Amino acid sequence: MGTPTPPPASTSAELDGETALGLLRTMWRIRCFEERVAQLKRTLQVHGLIHLSIGGEGVAAAICGQLRDDDTVYSGHRAHGHAIAKGAPLDRVMAELMGRSDGLCRGLGGSMHLVDRAHGLLGATGVVAGNIPLAVGNALAARLRGSDQVTVVFFGDGAVQTGYFSESVNLAALWELPLILVCENNGFAEFTPRSAHTTVERVCDAVAPYRFPCQSVDGTDVGALFAVFAADLDLARRGRGPLLLECMTHRRRGHYEGDQEAYRDALADAEWQRRDPLARLQADAIAQRWLDEAGAGALEQGARAEVEQAVSFARASPFPALELAGELVYASER
Amino acid sequence: MAEVQTTFVKAINAALARAMRADERVIVLGEDVAEGGPYTTTAGLAEEFGIERVINTPISEAAVCGAAIGAAQAGLRPVVEIMFIDFLTLALDQLVNQAAKAHFMSGGQLTVPLVVRTQGGAGSRSGAQHSQSLEAWLTHVPGLKVVMPSCAADAAGLLASAIADPNPVVFVENKSLYFRRELAPEDPAPVPLGRARTLRPGRDLTIVALSRLVGEALSAAEQLASDGIEAEVIDPRTLTPLDLDTIAESVRRTGRAVVAHEAVYTGGFGAEIAAQLQAAAFDFLKAPIQRVGAPFTPVPVSPPLEDAYRPGAAEIHRAARIAAHWDEPFAASPEPGAVTAP
Ligand SMILES: Cc1ncc(C[n+]2csc(CCOP(=O)(O)OP(=O)(O)O)c2C)c(N)n1
Ligand SMILES: [Mg+2]
Repeated sequence: MGTPTPPPASTSAELDGETALGLLRTMWRIRCFEERVAQLKRTLQVHGLIHLSIGGEGVAAAICGQLRDDDTVYSGHRAHGHAIAKGAPLDRVMAELMGRSDGLCRGLGGSMHLVDRAHGLLGATGVVAGNIPLAVGNALAARLRGSDQVTVVFFGDGAVQTGYFSESVNLAALWELPLILVCENNGFAEFTPRSAHTTVERVCDAVAPYRFPCQSVDGTDVGALFAVFAADLDLARRGRGPLLLECMTHRRRGHYEGDQEAYRDALADAEWQRRDPLARLQADAIAQRWLDEAGAGALEQGARAEVEQAVSFARASPFPALELAGELVYASER
Repeated sequence: MAEVQTTFVKAINAALARAMRADERVIVLGEDVAEGGPYTTTAGLAEEFGIERVINTPISEAAVCGAAIGAAQAGLRPVVEIMFIDFLTLALDQLVNQAAKAHFMSGGQLTVPLVVRTQGGAGSRSGAQHSQSLEAWLTHVPGLKVVMPSCAADAAGLLASAIADPNPVVFVENKSLYFRRELAPEDPAPVPLGRARTLRPGRDLTIVALSRLVGEALSAAEQLASDGIEAEVIDPRTLTPLDLDTIAESVRRTGRAVVAHEAVYTGGFGAEIAAQLQAAAFDFLKAPIQRVGAPFTPVPVSPPLEDAYRPGAAEIHRAARIAAHWDEPFAASPEPGAVTAP
């Protein structure tokens, strides 16, 4: 190995120190949580298909961090980061991944179906693009109620080729909904590069005829992303939606934990490692003297300690009673 | 209660209007709904409630159904219309994977108070893509409720309950019931989901019929009465939840049952009713449970073929005679063909 090139700094011109530290804290919490989840998956202590967002934490932090509890987030199969950034407590997310009764969804949802109503996370889904229309309906309800609530839906570049995406974009534009569509474009759907799925390279090009605001941004440049989303959010709050934000990201791990990763290009990986959003923002924060090395270490250690507490909490939580499954098929009248 | 002349379509229309007047969270979405729709079920709603609450949608069944689910999760009470049940196929992922499971997978945090109104059934020479009866698919999904009214009065009362229900309800109408003259209460009370109705009492045989076949079963029962067989006729009205108690109580009394619907026989909901009945009333059965359904073919468009395809009173009558005569003692000179002739 040669001398490591320092990461390019984040465009933190728009950030103040307090905001940057808040973002870093969130990103560390997501990073440490997911690294621990990867480890727990190897010993089958967390269950099912686990899709990690390591390398993409900046998108979750910069976007969810600017939302209110009453703003709604819908997500897809890679949802831990969105849930944590939207306010879901680490211990209850961990308990959910372990199928325990103190999980966010009492152990009935799991990694791909996180819901935290109190924090406006109305749900992740295991059906690619399946939640995009739900977000349309959520935004429609907000508009009909006359509220200034905004709906954000996260999805991958693979979801853009679905009928749901096309139908939903048309509805959102037609109904002028306060909806922000956030595509995390990591260039891959499972093991297949985007170029093998479509001839349209940028997602913005796919929605260009609708003429609503659409931008493609570097999802590892958290400062720049924060500023762009702040402007989008302002427009959506003032009823000028829908909008689309395409965040170019990278997933540093396999599609799911345990995949063979045979399709990955090691060189590109090294470059993306250098563009790790967490390393970039942290280096910048240190350069700006918002933080010193010791402070950075403390952020990481704090997050790791919180994750360990979450693991203990989840392990101590009982599995749900067998009857719970039968009890929750139908909602009862209230 | 005062009764008025009405039609199924008018009863649905009035029930929608009543629900929208009573609760501003109720909205209606679908193709052409603000124009009344092809069958006028939503006529006049846009004029009374505005196009903010009576929303014409593009031809995007999947996303519109999903949007209705999202709106329901956000606290509205959407009634989404899928013009033909044949096109519910396009929205099935949303119903099956999102609506039906949201309450469960969220550990009870989310509810989906959604109604999907749609219509099916053959008889209009519309061909195999506009005539199907696909309700059985929906009954296979835990989390969905499935309602199939057979008359205007029930349609109004069941629709009111479906809209008030906190769960996703698929409300399956039959187009050939839409424009018949019927009597219904002027101010229909809600009909609870999961309660069957006995339309005709009888001691010899129980006929369980769905939707359009309920009227056919009543005609068959008249004919059976003149043959000396008294048939009880039961309309379950909702498939999920199913009022097995009422049906099984009747069959324990009569010892014989015919289950009839317009959907194809194979894999039809009649199979489920028959299976549940034999478990609940096995020791009381004097004959195998008879089933009436359409043949296992797509719906033909050519008039004589479609007429032959659609089960009706004749098929119910034939099945009832088989059940009624099953355990007849040996007679020296049986009437030839007496059992199977319609
Ligand atoms: C409707 C549907 N088809 C297929 C799958 C299997 N699947 C899970 S994730 C995935 C790739 C999704 O790619 P993308 O949307 O780019 O998200 P990413 O995994 O890259 O974050 C596929 C095909 C699925 N879950 N849902
Ligand atoms: Mg992708």
